[in-house]
Amino acid sequence: MNFGLTEEQQLIVDTTRAFVENELYPHEAEVERTGHLRMELVNEIQAKAIAAGLYAANMPEEVGGAGLDTVTWLLYEKELGRANYALHWTCVARPSNILLAGSDAQKEKYLYPCIRGEKWDCLAMTEPGAGSDLRGMKASAVQDGGDWVLNGTKHFISHADIADFAICFMATGEEETPRGKKKKITAFFVDKGTPGFSVRDGYRNVSHRGYTNSILEFDDCRIPADQVLGEVHKGFEVANTWLGATRLQVGATCLGRAERALEHSVEYAAQRSQFGQSIGKNQGVSFKLADMATELKAANLMVFEAGWKFDQGTVTDQDMAMAKLKATEMLAYVADEAIQIHGGMGLMDDLPLERIWRDARVERIWEGTSEIQRHIISRAMLRAKGA
Amino acid sequence: MKILVPVKRVVDYNVKIRVRSDGSGVELANVKMAMNPFDEIAVEEAIRLKEAGVADEIIAVSIGPQQAQETLRTALAMGADRAILIKTDGVVEPLAVAKLLKGVAEAEGPSLIILGKQAIDDDANQTGQMLAALLGWAQGTFASKVEVEGERLKVTREVDGGLQTVDLKLPAIVTTDLRLNQPRYASLPNIMKAKKKPLDEKAPADFGVDVTPRLTVLKTEEPQGRKAGVKVGSVAELVDKLKNEAGII
Repeated sequence: MNFGLTEEQQLIVDTTRAFVENELYPHEAEVERTGHLRMELVNEIQAKAIAAGLYAANMPEEVGGAGLDTVTWLLYEKELGRANYALHWTCVARPSNILLAGSDAQKEKYLYPCIRGEKWDCLAMTEPGAGSDLRGMKASAVQDGGDWVLNGTKHFISHADIADFAICFMATGEEETPRGKKKKITAFFVDKGTPGFSVRDGYRNVSHRGYTNSILEFDDCRIPADQVLGEVHKGFEVANTWLGATRLQVGATCLGRAERALEHSVEYAAQRSQFGQSIGKNQGVSFKLADMATELKAANLMVFEAGWKFDQGTVTDQDMAMAKLKATEMLAYVADEAIQIHGGMGLMDDLPLERIWRDARVERIWEGTSEIQRHIISRAMLRAKGA
Repeated sequence: MKILVPVKRVVDYNVKIRVRSDGSGVELANVKMAMNPFDEIAVEEAIRLKEAGVADEIIAVSIGPQQAQETLRTALAMGADRAILIKTDGVVEPLAVAKLLKGVAEAEGPSLIILGKQAIDDDANQTGQMLAALLGWAQGTFASKVEVEGERLKVTREVDGGLQTVDLKLPAIVTTDLRLNQPRYASLPNIMKAKKKPLDEKAPADFGVDVTPRLTVLKTEEPQGRKAGVKVGSVAELVDKLKNEAGII
């Protein structure tokens, strides 16, 4: 086993960190205070990210990405994760890996423009009545001649306001399974501007200012058959095969923000003086730092072990669920303790801690709630015992 | 045209420097190291000259421990074509560095050597000038603009009084100032490619140079902490303090 970084990995970490500190941090206050990410700013930073080869670096080399292995990609995600989410997600976009599942024509139309920074994608699965229970979805697509007709509603769809198209998962039938009736699902590319497809503002939420989610409505939206991504009724399989290690991605970004919160905390504990000595001299503070660092290290090891296993082809759903669970819960804990160490100042938006604390909240919910992760982890153990 | 760019591995500029408890020097254990920022500017300038079609090969060279290889990889990832590591242990003083670089220059035959004006660790600001003297080449130090015109080089220098422009005959030495350019990021695809670029290892003996230090460091100590200022109640009090306590007026 080798836990060290290669020279290339270290260089990638250094470049990504330098980019995050020089190009993203200076704009965080604006995005956090206005809750809005200006398009001029996006264009400016996006051009720099493209020049630095950081844009769409998750993609394989042959399609114009950086061709990183999973461990290196997660190192890159960890560094990006230090910054405001809206800034790094939009300006240093990582197009969904599911675009790689498309036909050659679909790759020309969707994948390559996303990698070149000319288009943005978004992924539409969640519905008001179907979150974790994806196969209980109601939005549907029905074949009509050579076309498909889409109807229904999707919500919580990240970045749909700026996206040029949506990859929409729609029910296209129903089948009997050992656990009752489940929907058959098909994935479709739906372009903005298609009659019957509308995007409206979603909800304002506690985490990630500047990040947007939208509500997608399909009202007899008619699209041709060549807009199907993958095979008909195989949307669930397409997602499982191609989406990649998105749970580890969430975990890695949490590591970056926890590290940032810890760095602030150590600095403050060493500098802040009360009753004639630095507050870090008090075990009430120093033990917090020790526990924060230990939790961070544990989560870090879990995320990168799972990433390493992903590269070996030996990763399990439990490995990724555990890593996501640990990293997101660790971030909530570290962010909360960081604020406690800083006292009142921790709550002020002059420091990034209050937003790291707010932003931490969503991480335990999206990409599968902590409860779903625990279900995945325990299910594997119990099923082995026939339970 | 071949360009030689020496790069030094130094403590990262973001790191808060700590003196070793025995006062023998600066603490380097477990400290983040990086390329000297002025050398990054030198690498960037060389790459720009290559992109402009003026240069066709950029050779990065570093003198230091095995880990200086990481600094060379950064130069390769930014765009240098190949690298030379002259492996040394311990301190190498500017004169020894200049002698080693003279050896490299004689072996490689570059038309231009671009160096940082100084390294941010010891701030010596000597290597470029010494190298120019040893080689008998022209030098343009503290450059804020470099233009190649055929066999000549126009270097704009940042001097106390403003900007001075010197006209040099190639081959020449240029040392970089802060405002020469804004170095690029080592891009991700180039980082991946850097591994495949050649990196040769040499020893000081290959150039017949004795790198034994000629200077002895007596003591290294932290600068004194700043004392708190005082508030004055009136202009009269300020004038009085300046006159009688500070002795300025």
